[in-house]
Amino acid sequence: MRVRDLDDRELHSRLSGDGLALDLALFTARIRSHLPEVHDGIRRMYADFPLDDSGFGDFHVAVEGGAGVRRFWRRQATFAIDGFEPFRPLPRAQAYPMLEWGLNWCISTRAHDFLILHAAVLATPDDRALLLPAPPGSGKSTLTAALMLAGWRLLSDELALIDLGTGDVHGLARPLSLKNASIDVIRGRGGDLAMTPPVADTTKGTVAALRPAPESVRGMERPARPGWLVFPQFQAGAALRVESLGTAQAFMYAADHAFNYGVLGERAFRVLAGLVERSALHAAVYGDLDEVIAWFGDCREEACRARPSAG
Amino acid sequence: MPGRAQADLLTSALSDPSTLAGLSLPGWDLLIRQARSSGLLGRLGALASERAVAVPERPARHLRWAAREAEACHGEIRCEVAWVAEALASAGVRPLLLKGAAYVMAGLPAAAGRFFEDIDVLVPRERLGIVESRLQLAGWMPKRMDAYDQRYYRRWMHELPPMQHVERGTTVDVHFNILPETGRVRVDPAQLLERAQPIPDGGRLWTLCAPDMVLHSAAHLFHDGEFTHALRDLSDLDRLLRHFGERPGFWADLTARAHGLGLGHPLFYALALCTELLATPVPEPALDQASAQGPQGVARRAMLAALREGLRPDHGSCRSPVTPLARQLLFLRSHWLKMPLWRLTRHLVRKAWLRREPVAER
Repeated sequence: MRVRDLDDRELHSRLSGDGLALDLALFTARIRSHLPEVHDGIRRMYADFPLDDSGFGDFHVAVEGGAGVRRFWRRQATFAIDGFEPFRPLPRAQAYPMLEWGLNWCISTRAHDFLILHAAVLATPDDRALLLPAPPGSGKSTLTAALMLAGWRLLSDELALIDLGTGDVHGLARPLSLKNASIDVIRGRGGDLAMTPPVADTTKGTVAALRPAPESVRGMERPARPGWLVFPQFQAGAALRVESLGTAQAFMYAADHAFNYGVLGERAFRVLAGLVERSALHAAVYGDLDEVIAWFGDCREEACRARPSAG
Repeated sequence: MPGRAQADLLTSALSDPSTLAGLSLPGWDLLIRQARSSGLLGRLGALASERAVAVPERPARHLRWAAREAEACHGEIRCEVAWVAEALASAGVRPLLLKGAAYVMAGLPAAAGRFFEDIDVLVPRERLGIVESRLQLAGWMPKRMDAYDQRYYRRWMHELPPMQHVERGTTVDVHFNILPETGRVRVDPAQLLERAQPIPDGGRLWTLCAPDMVLHSAAHLFHDGEFTHALRDLSDLDRLLRHFGERPGFWADLTARAHGLGLGHPLFYALALCTELLATPVPEPALDQASAQGPQGVARRAMLAALREGLRPDHGSCRSPVTPLARQLLFLRSHWLKMPLWRLTRHLVRKAWLRREPVAER
């Protein structure tokens, strides 16, 4: 059974009661919330996701209204994992994004079977992974959404999970998080889009969630093997500039984006070294989404080559 | 409200890990959550592993994740202890480790699966000044606090204000006694220092002797007001007792030492509640002697009842209507134990009425 198979009453009943057990392939999130915006967000963004009836949940999360007077005045939303609140309350309008940020927090602080990188991951039809580690503001989310719309399978826009044993790359195909200008850019690219209403004034600016493509959700159980490790940087007006990176340099850049390197220690070193050795390594500066997407398309056809800056 | 036996899967599992075999997935779901909230997820994993209990993969992952976190923590402690030992050596003071740091460096079963936050050391009171200055030279700074809190620690408690390293962010707690100086129960720290012993193959590191380690843990648990991780601390006691209990002469030494240090009450609570809740194997003679040293009559029954409430797992599923009240009483009692009534009143008034800085989130 999937979320879309539940009628409104049943969805509401589960979210307000024992929780909706959402199957995210690698983990099950048991979600509780009385807030209508969270119900709506889940119904739209997670429609294609299966439910888990095993009775075991990995993350028991709740997004609710503020306590006491904050339930009515300058309303707040709170995120809790099994009773523990890792964040301060946020304005009520940010309730749905808070669920997504909270789930990211749960995974990145606990799932120590994986080296977890702050990176987007997409895959080719033959399951080779394109990893895009990047800090906020680099345009990663826009690029990831555009690549997904261009036919790449989405694994994640935020968290790349590298299996410590196999070195394979996993993702959860969860909704993408778009910010500020990228919301309009992605809308402008057309295609089968479903987005949550934009929420303003968050610490990241205006945010909206984009539903993952159904093919991506269908493929969420399939990991990808290392293919490309590309560090993207958006620069308005820039012509595409791609350079190859050495393994040591790429390793250091990637390690900078690791959430749980400290916990995993030597295991992290070995698996990250393996990832770097098995991937084509590049840094890419781009100003035009179509140009860089075409270059990735060439990569997909195994015709990658480093493109130096013009002139 | 669910009965204790039904809701509290954690205490059952700790006292008898074989009961885990055949636990359903929904049961594991609840148990993992009770354990994590109580700070005992790693301990649960260690027990399951030691007793070779077959755990289904979905909950087993959670145990594995906690084990990795504990392993990383122990690695950091080993590094940090080396730094602390160097600073203390420069002050001419031997590094005597307490609590978690001692368990890790001595390789005790009480360290297994446990996450520890600070390094605790015990130093002679007359060396406090030089120890503090050498630690500061090495980069540990007292945490920011006002003059009242500074006095609270230095004059009335048993430890300096916590010191945090400016680069590494790790914390050292420098103790000069194991219970507050102003408390109703006065322990002579010279006796503790006299029987301290080096860690075998531990370089130049020292710990309290085995009975003192147990008594320190018991005093800390049963005098403390913060019952947020009481079951975890009781589990540490259980692990210490099971390990040391096999040494010839340990039990007689333990009860005699409790008498000598004036810690008869905490020892009684420790043995009574460890045997009752965690099925710790304690010989009858030791139980009898501890019982004779403990409180009697109504006081005994009331304290045990309150402590049982305080020792429930720290999870919503294990709370009873009485739990908040019991915890409140234990909190008040701990303050009563720490300082004379007039000072207690002044202290609580100050805490309640002055605006405090909001505590930084974890």
